[in-house]
Amino acid sequence: MIKGNFIDNLPKVYGIYTGGFLAFIIIMAIAEQMGMSAKAIGICFVAFTVAIYAIIGYLSRTAQADAYYVAGRQVPTVFNGMATAADWMSGASFVAMAGGIYFKGYGYMALLVGWTGGYVLVASLLAPYLRKFGCYTVPDFIGTRYGGNLSRLMAVIVLTVASFTYVTAQINATGTIASVALDIPFQYAVYVGLISILLCSMLGGMRGVTWTQVAQYIVLIIAYLLPVFWISNKMGAGFFPHFMLADEVSRIAELEAQFGFVKNSAENLKEVPKGLAGITKAHSAVNATPWAFISLALAMMMGTASLPHVMMRYFTTPSVKAARKSVGWSLFFIFLLYSSAPMLATLSKLSLIDPSLPTGIIGKSIAEVQSIDWYQNWNQANLMFVSDFNGNGTLELNEFFMGGKAVVLATPEIAGLPYVISGLVAAGGMAAAMSTADGLILAIANALSHDLYYKIIDPKAETAKRLVVARVLLVVIGFAGATIAAMEIQGILGSVIWAFDFAMSGLFFPLVLGVWWKRANREGAIAGMALGLISGAGYLIWVRNGGSGFLGITQLTFGIFGSAVSLVSMVVVSLITAEPNAATQKMVDEVRVPSGKSILGKQH
Amino acid sequence: MSKQAQHWEKTRGLLMVTLAIWFVFSIGIFLFGAEMNEVTGPFGYPLTYWFTCQGSLGIFVILIFWFANRQEKIDEEFGFSERGDD
Repeated sequence: MIKGNFIDNLPKVYGIYTGGFLAFIIIMAIAEQMGMSAKAIGICFVAFTVAIYAIIGYLSRTAQADAYYVAGRQVPTVFNGMATAADWMSGASFVAMAGGIYFKGYGYMALLVGWTGGYVLVASLLAPYLRKFGCYTVPDFIGTRYGGNLSRLMAVIVLTVASFTYVTAQINATGTIASVALDIPFQYAVYVGLISILLCSMLGGMRGVTWTQVAQYIVLIIAYLLPVFWISNKMGAGFFPHFMLADEVSRIAELEAQFGFVKNSAENLKEVPKGLAGITKAHSAVNATPWAFISLALAMMMGTASLPHVMMRYFTTPSVKAARKSVGWSLFFIFLLYSSAPMLATLSKLSLIDPSLPTGIIGKSIAEVQSIDWYQNWNQANLMFVSDFNGNGTLELNEFFMGGKAVVLATPEIAGLPYVISGLVAAGGMAAAMSTADGLILAIANALSHDLYYKIIDPKAETAKRLVVARVLLVVIGFAGATIAAMEIQGILGSVIWAFDFAMSGLFFPLVLGVWWKRANREGAIAGMALGLISGAGYLIWVRNGGSGFLGITQLTFGIFGSAVSLVSMVVVSLITAEPNAATQKMVDEVRVPSGKSILGKQH
Repeated sequence: MSKQAQHWEKTRGLLMVTLAIWFVFSIGIFLFGAEMNEVTGPFGYPLTYWFTCQGSLGIFVILIFWFANRQEKIDEEFGFSERGDD
């Protein structure tokens, strides 16, 4: 099925797949009516979808370097867009984003702007040129454009630091979801998640990851949009929430003014379980300074354009022109989910705080809230908490606390949707975290096997041996990530944002100037990567250890400092050393023209 | 000027226009976030709020497709477009 004219049959294959998945949801819904337990439904959803991904991964197995590293460069634009969207939208986007918007409002929504605006930079500055280059990995571009093993090695180091920071968070997310859905302890669930991830990528490399990511995108987008539309209709908020929630948004502002944001004393807050938060910020008002918003958005945009697992997706398109269009499709598919997250946050918040709605809990007596079924469930899961701080017996806005994940996970239940939706959401979260983890592990393993092993250590290695090394590294990196994830050091979202900052500190300017500035040379690029990464990491460590920081650059935006250092050092060092030789300059000229042969051969 | 240099000049021009539009909707408007939010935007949402949930995001999607089409035209004009479809 996967060979021969598989590419021509893609719409049909994925059409049948989508139909099958919808049928599966309906069967589960019927089973629920017939008395199937919530736990069994959760297990079915996760097990069924993971099994499908594993089958796709097996069917995509390959023994060719070209297929393993860049999926044979024949992925059509729209499908590559879906795969990139799944690659991009992590467990954090799926599970935590709506919660972030719910609690932090405008200041957090800089991430929405940053994580989409970055694609304009990808499309205009980088993706088409790197595709023309014909590289297998991002360090492949750096190593060939600037020449020399040291520049290649530096790129591998930056890539590994950024991607590894990111991947532990994703494996952590698969573990969290697997442990809830399958009801097993987290320490084991992490490895169940890891094995599912490796099933998709081990045999087929980039080819396997591409076709599973398309399948994962379909699951995750259905799992996100279906509840949002359903809840909106059930609440009578409008049948197309994106265009119809203005009244709800202004109603929240009205209620906020009515309740006021009462500040809790530190003593009272000690009672609240760790990780839960109350509503303390306005929903739709501007609650951050322009620089706080812009610096976070800018860091995320430049980080987007430097993250290797995204960039390498555009190496798989058939042509340069397809790479450009494919970036547009990627962003379109991302937009579908990102534009829905604020709507989910709005619906979730209003349904909880509006006393005139049947689901509203603010203003009810504490005892009444504590007796609600869903409150008891989520309180037990450590995601909801109420306490009568002022002792008046009624629940006030400042006495209600919730975990960020609960916005996505609990809202369907609060709104009274059947449990089958919760099972679907678990499968969606699993798909989102798995697809991102797969892309990241593959990015690291490919850089180590292609750039470090093949290009630097053993350039004479045969294809078969290279692919064995690539697969061994894949497993090793996966297990290293899972082991660190099992230690639960950093919360899911913090480390995701750090990855963007690391990537932009070390890679943004060496990549962009490699195409757009002919005078950029090897010494400059090495200085840019090394000093950028070191200064960015140094700033992070300084701020984490109580440093005051400067210019309002926080531990979430340290990449702005790192990339500024990278730019200055790259330009200065390039200018004081000799200009690149004629062959390199000619290579840059060729990269700028879409037609003709790629710089690197088909099999290299 | 060689054909290649002319092609690159036009490409650079397109990049500048694209980045200017990108700058306005990712950074420029948020300098005035508080003031703009007083205005009612599309579908009745406060304007800055609308830009952060839908407006800027949607504009980026359209911008990339517009950019891709313009760049293809430039490539065709100089005979640099690739054969075969996508």
